[in-house]
Amino acid sequence: MRVDGKGRIDRSATRSFSFAGKSYQGFAGDTLASALLANDVRLMGRSFKYHRPRGVLTAGSEEPNALVTIGSGAGQEPNVRATMQELYEGLEARPQNAWPSLDWDVLEINDLISPFLSAGFYYKTFMWPKAFWEKVYEPFIRNAAGLGALSGSDDADKYDKAFAHCDVLVIGAGPAGLMAARMLGLAGLDVILADESWELGGRLLSETEEVGGQAGSDWAAGVAADLGDMPNVRVMTRTTVTGAYDGGIFGALEKVGHHGPVPNGAPRETFWRIQTKRAVLAAGALERPIAFANNDRPGVMTAGAVRTYLNRYGVAPGRKIAVFGNNDDAHRTAMDLQDAGVEVAAVIDSRDDVSVPVDAKVMAGARVVGTKGRLGLREIMIDTGRGVRPLQVDCLAVSGGWNPSVHLTCHMNGRPVWEPSIASFVPTPGAVPGLVACGSAAGDMATADVLASAARVASDIAADLGKSAPTAELPEAEGHVYAIEPLWDAGGKGRAWLDFQNDVTTKDVRQAAKENYASVEHMKRYTTQGMATDQGKNSNVAALAVLADATGRGIPETGTTTFRPPYSPVALAALGAGAKGKGFAPERLTTSHAATVARNAPMIEAGLWYRPSYFPQAGETTWRESCDREVGWVRDAVGVCDVSTLGKIDIQGPDAGAFLDFVYTNTFSTLKVGKVRYGLMLREDGHVMDDGTCARWGDTHFVMTTTTAAAGQVMKHLDYVHQCLRPDLDVSIVSATEQWAQFAVAGPKSRDLLNALLDAPIDNESFPYMGCGPVSVAGVAGRLFRISFSGEHAYEVAVPARYGDSLFRMLVAQAEALGGGAYGMEALNVLRIEKGFITHAEIHGRTTAFDIGMGRMVSSKKDCIGQTMAARPGLVEDREELVGFRPARPTGKLLAGAHIYPLDGDAVRERDQGYITSVAYSPTVGTDIALGFVRNGRNRMGEKLRMMDHLRGEETLVELCDPVFVDPEGGRLRG
Amino acid sequence: MKISCPICGDRDIREFTCMGHASMLNRPDPHAGAKVWNEYLHNRENPAGVIDELWWHGQGCGAWLVVTRNTVTHEILGARLARDVKKEMRDAG
Ligand SMILES: [Zn+2]
Repeated sequence: MRVDGKGRIDRSATRSFSFAGKSYQGFAGDTLASALLANDVRLMGRSFKYHRPRGVLTAGSEEPNALVTIGSGAGQEPNVRATMQELYEGLEARPQNAWPSLDWDVLEINDLISPFLSAGFYYKTFMWPKAFWEKVYEPFIRNAAGLGALSGSDDADKYDKAFAHCDVLVIGAGPAGLMAARMLGLAGLDVILADESWELGGRLLSETEEVGGQAGSDWAAGVAADLGDMPNVRVMTRTTVTGAYDGGIFGALEKVGHHGPVPNGAPRETFWRIQTKRAVLAAGALERPIAFANNDRPGVMTAGAVRTYLNRYGVAPGRKIAVFGNNDDAHRTAMDLQDAGVEVAAVIDSRDDVSVPVDAKVMAGARVVGTKGRLGLREIMIDTGRGVRPLQVDCLAVSGGWNPSVHLTCHMNGRPVWEPSIASFVPTPGAVPGLVACGSAAGDMATADVLASAARVASDIAADLGKSAPTAELPEAEGHVYAIEPLWDAGGKGRAWLDFQNDVTTKDVRQAAKENYASVEHMKRYTTQGMATDQGKNSNVAALAVLADATGRGIPETGTTTFRPPYSPVALAALGAGAKGKGFAPERLTTSHAATVARNAPMIEAGLWYRPSYFPQAGETTWRESCDREVGWVRDAVGVCDVSTLGKIDIQGPDAGAFLDFVYTNTFSTLKVGKVRYGLMLREDGHVMDDGTCARWGDTHFVMTTTTAAAGQVMKHLDYVHQCLRPDLDVSIVSATEQWAQFAVAGPKSRDLLNALLDAPIDNESFPYMGCGPVSVAGVAGRLFRISFSGEHAYEVAVPARYGDSLFRMLVAQAEALGGGAYGMEALNVLRIEKGFITHAEIHGRTTAFDIGMGRMVSSKKDCIGQTMAARPGLVEDREELVGFRPARPTGKLLAGAHIYPLDGDAVRERDQGYITSVAYSPTVGTDIALGFVRNGRNRMGEKLRMMDHLRGEETLVELCDPVFVDPEGGRLRG
Repeated sequence: MKISCPICGDRDIREFTCMGHASMLNRPDPHAGAKVWNEYLHNRENPAGVIDELWWHGQGCGAWLVVTRNTVTHEILGARLARDVKKEMRDAG
């Protein structure tokens, strides 16, 4: 219910929303949780395992119970904490993990059979029979498990990632963070202050205490205004720092579009990487509950959360409230409630000597040991030390003490240390280099101490970064001594919850200890404590305290499990922002792309490039028809193909020739200017890396081509060889792949075609086979290479990329006039297989120069990369060698990937003779043809063998042949 | 994390690729024998502590660097151009 005169909500701005199909009203400044409590809705969810009715436990991001689904359709978001969801007009929230309704949930049956579902249940029950695991158990568990559900459709919402740099990142904008940020800002440092809430102030927004003679929230607002005036301070609200990483980098999630309709063009969330020199952890502390029987009913919540609902949101979470604690801080809840006119039924303190300045009944040395109320708290049972008596209440505020938020200090393997005075863990200094904790995160509990430690940390950091911070003027603040006597398990008849989200009870932890899962890491995995989405924020310390008790060890000896990033859940959509679809694999398009697509050519991917498969013509119904026609054009007339995707590397310098001699197996320093040579490149381990042509453009200038697939790898390799192995060579290397558009013009009429476009005609003298030189193409300075990947009289003509589109159109028009035209990758592949030219299907990383029949290309007269290792035993004899295959019968089918076996005996691995790498139907030969490798194949020409494709169930009788199927003498090349 | 490229300055680590131990700079003589070559190609020190590694600034200037870093703390202790390191090695014989 609302409490008049309390809260920071705007009562003039009502907000309509719905939960579980019912409509409600709240105010601007509410969270979904506070608005539901204001409407007396206590039941907000069902627990994970037992489907127990649950209400809100906290008022922050650590909330384990009140998880809801927001929105519907593709963008619906599950597992949103009602405590963090800002209320907006039209908000639609749905409960999770309950069917058919929140009030009547069928799987509540799990709660009745809970004795069978305790820790280790899955491990013990689903052990056998083994076959049941996949078919029965796992589907059953998967169906019952999990909290909210995704829509299953593509999320159309926009997510973003961003980068920020600063001197100091201040994490948390409570009293410590505000104090530190202001001092660091005044010192002139570049500061980012991040806080998960939409308003700065932290706990000061939830308390009635004064700072500097004014309301704490007013002091916070004043500092916030100061920070707003500093150009060197960036304030990031709704931003959770989720992880600490190497080198001063922090991850942070900014919720940009969760508090209302997403503004036009804005993302829902932005994932930030923040590069810092120093960071201040001012993340405060989280209150922990106390375990007692049935402590999980809606209406039982932390004492600090009750103050937050009352003071920040103007909501009393009950009409008759009891307070139960083991520390003085809990008493503030009773006092605040009484001051606001809410009935306090009792203050129950487990310590013997306590006095609380309230009118309510104060029960010292007493404990709450049980609760009643099916869908919400109705009654608590109090063990007064002289017997158990009931008390009618509808809300119980519990405080087991406060745990400093040490999480980020553990992200690089740091372990927090036990501090007995606050019965909790505090950060180990230096656990994350550059990150210093202050305030409650460092274990300071009184506001005066918090401000003092923040000021101290800020001036140390400022001095460290060469600035002097102004003398801290510490505002007057509350300075109580935080007195606490540990109480972890108050007992009672029935299960007492530790981990609300994963339904782990004190009994589960004790059972784990009994079954010898006594190490804290084992206990965690056996019981699943701390493994839910809240990462054990509410339960870790209490669970290990119960474990310590069960094993008879102390808490420091028991230790903690490791907190890992993220601090609170981060949507994968935010982490992967920008990396979906084309963001994951950008398109590289050639200059002929538009003209190619206009001719209806189906495009295939070659790495990131897109290249045409074939250019269909009217009447053709299969790709083979188009491909055969294009092959015929090249063999009989002329074809044009964009080969710009091949790597082009420009190599210049006095030592360019020597450099190429070192990276290629064969010699290039002797190549004459105006000539092209085929080159083979090895890896240092002696296997083939890549092949291609290299042209000598001038005395000190070479132009290298690589395969499309290896262009990047070869460029990197050349840089490596030059910089790491041969910096003595005076040579410069640069990739020019994108700068030149290059087209193959292939076929008996290729020279006729070119002469129609070249400003000065060429002939066999000026451009013999393997010649190269500058040409003028329709007035544009270009390059011409007489090289062939088809076995035909062919050229490659290159112009600066900006002329690529028009040159392609001109070349194709000329080719068509000569009875040919454009050809695609399918035809290119057929043409090269017919000639026995290799690609990365053959040089796949395990083949040597010897294997592909180029052993003699590895010059022994000079050193080159891979030369020594290529000569080692095992790489030069008894190898699988490159051969051609023909089907023994003309209709026989050949398949790439199939293996080769002897004619007699079984086709089993031990008898494997080799494999097929490339297959094409050759319109020139009239049958399927193939390339591949067969053991000692060069000496087995004419032998008949079995091709077996075990995957596709095909078998063909094949005959080994020379890998060159067409024009083995090469007469056409020179024509 | 950042690596200070001698050419580009402080750059995000994602612009670089780790290319293995800097012992790759010590390419043996072609006739050094199988044992030496096997050692060069296949065996690497993998210390818990300070290591010299080759890193390639592929998303930047293309320089190959010798980066000194601590494999335990992930601290980057320095970066030099591999060509300078190699030249020094040659000069030192
Ligand atoms: Zn660089």
